[in-house]
Amino acid sequence: MGGVVTPPAVMSRTNPSRLHRRHATNAFMIGLTYVVALLACLPLIFILWHLIKAGASFMRPSFFTNMPKPVGEDGGGMANAIIGTLVLLGIASLIGLPIGIGAGLYVAEQRGSWLASTVRFLSDVLNGLPSIVMGIFAWQMIVKPMGHFSALAGGIALGAMMIPLVTRTTEEMIRLVPNTLREAALALGYTRWRTSLAVILRTAMPGIVTGALVAVARVAGETAPLLFTAFGNQFWSTSLREPIAALPLQIFTYAISPYDDWHAQAWAGALVLIGIVLIISLIARYATRSRFGAAVD
Amino acid sequence: MDVEPCLTVNQLNAYFGGQHAVRDVSLTFGDKQVTAIIGPSGCGKSTFLRCLNRMHETVPQARVTGTVQFDDISIYTPGVSAIAIRRHIGMVFQRPTSFPTMSIRDNVAAGLRVRPGGMPSKRQVDEIVERALRRAALWDEVKDRLDDSAIAMSGGQQQRLCIARALATQPRILLLDEPTASLDPLSTQKVEELVYELRSDMSVIIVTHNMQQAARVSDRTAFMLAGELVEVAPTKRIFTTPNDSRTEAYITGRFG
Repeated sequence: MGGVVTPPAVMSRTNPSRLHRRHATNAFMIGLTYVVALLACLPLIFILWHLIKAGASFMRPSFFTNMPKPVGEDGGGMANAIIGTLVLLGIASLIGLPIGIGAGLYVAEQRGSWLASTVRFLSDVLNGLPSIVMGIFAWQMIVKPMGHFSALAGGIALGAMMIPLVTRTTEEMIRLVPNTLREAALALGYTRWRTSLAVILRTAMPGIVTGALVAVARVAGETAPLLFTAFGNQFWSTSLREPIAALPLQIFTYAISPYDDWHAQAWAGALVLIGIVLIISLIARYATRSRFGAAVD
Repeated sequence: MDVEPCLTVNQLNAYFGGQHAVRDVSLTFGDKQVTAIIGPSGCGKSTFLRCLNRMHETVPQARVTGTVQFDDISIYTPGVSAIAIRRHIGMVFQRPTSFPTMSIRDNVAAGLRVRPGGMPSKRQVDEIVERALRRAALWDEVKDRLDDSAIAMSGGQQQRLCIARALATQPRILLLDEPTASLDPLSTQKVEELVYELRSDMSVIIVTHNMQQAARVSDRTAFMLAGELVEVAPTKRIFTTPNDSRTEAYITGRFG
């Protein structure tokens, strides 16, 4: 009887050992990807574990509320450095995020223009700039004319570092928005700018926020630019035109000192720094969560 | 033609850079009629449609020559705003294009934001949204979840949402570019019924590669081939006694 071959006949024609080998290879490869994924997590886990082990003993409320004390005295803290880091990140974000997102939007929407290509190229170059160069540059442009170190200078230096990072990630995220959405908005009679803001930017927002957070996390730990701009401060800063303490600077100062007491505080400071970045990430993700889940992520 | 024209196209040529996609097409569309444009893939019918609301020029290196007369305005005259034209000539695309970050209600009301006169009051918006969704035969399915995400619906529902969105602004002309191409048969039927009923309020121009669909919903049909307009005639006549041999060959399935 011609026609349809029934399944059992097909199965018996398959070479059983070949099939078995394919299953085994499949299982092995999947297992390998699990192993590699775990390996990738290992450095992070290792660092976190070590940080917690070394710094946890210093995690008491006084660490967050007290000022740095001279060596030997009990109860030193990094209150001014914690606030200082937050202030610097605030200034940096105020400069870096609007400019970066705006530039990224421009580069993505005006892809053909020479300005867009130039901006994209320069962003790539600036992304690779050593941060100490940014620090020296900020010193020359801001600190020297002002005559003194300041929080403003530090914030501007960090903000300038954020701009190329945010520009590139914003551009990538906007390019992921399907062109059909753009056309749908234009066909309704939207102007180009309204299409960009109300539709494209909104759709790409979860991805853009992720990019912004990566930039904030990146500059939160930068020490070199702050050496020449914010400079550090043993006391509270009362104005943005004064030098200001920052966690990376404080960690640096304590870590290169010869005192064990200060070393332990440096570990604790590092733990707090990572904690701050984590909290910023969580808050921003929560605040910009789409009601319906990410459209583009 | 014995009806008022709503759109008159004269010697329209459209180019993608060097590629000549629409060749010297002249055609008149009747008011409050459904006109279908049929033809094989790549014949330029979608490009032609996109010239009617000046969407073709959104593609880089696109060029258009010729005139399109809409009422007393020649839409390609320098100085005429393409955006203003698009607010009176609506368009629905082949694939559903609901805005993913907006709710169903906000999607339907999306076109109201740019109306002359601005965004209406909340009560008016709700009325307009309900009316548009009823017309698109979607109201009963979504009336209890207007604030839910627009993309949590099936493809057929989303496409009807896009139609509702286009209807909400009450355009004079509605352009449909193969609107049922990606839909299941039931949704296709609903959309076809809708298109057939829309003629009482507006003119509809529908591009389709489905000849049976054209025969079902349209009053007049135009056949395009390789960028040229071969023939245009009342639908009944073109499908029974076409004038041109190429039309006959296409309709009888000898190519396509």
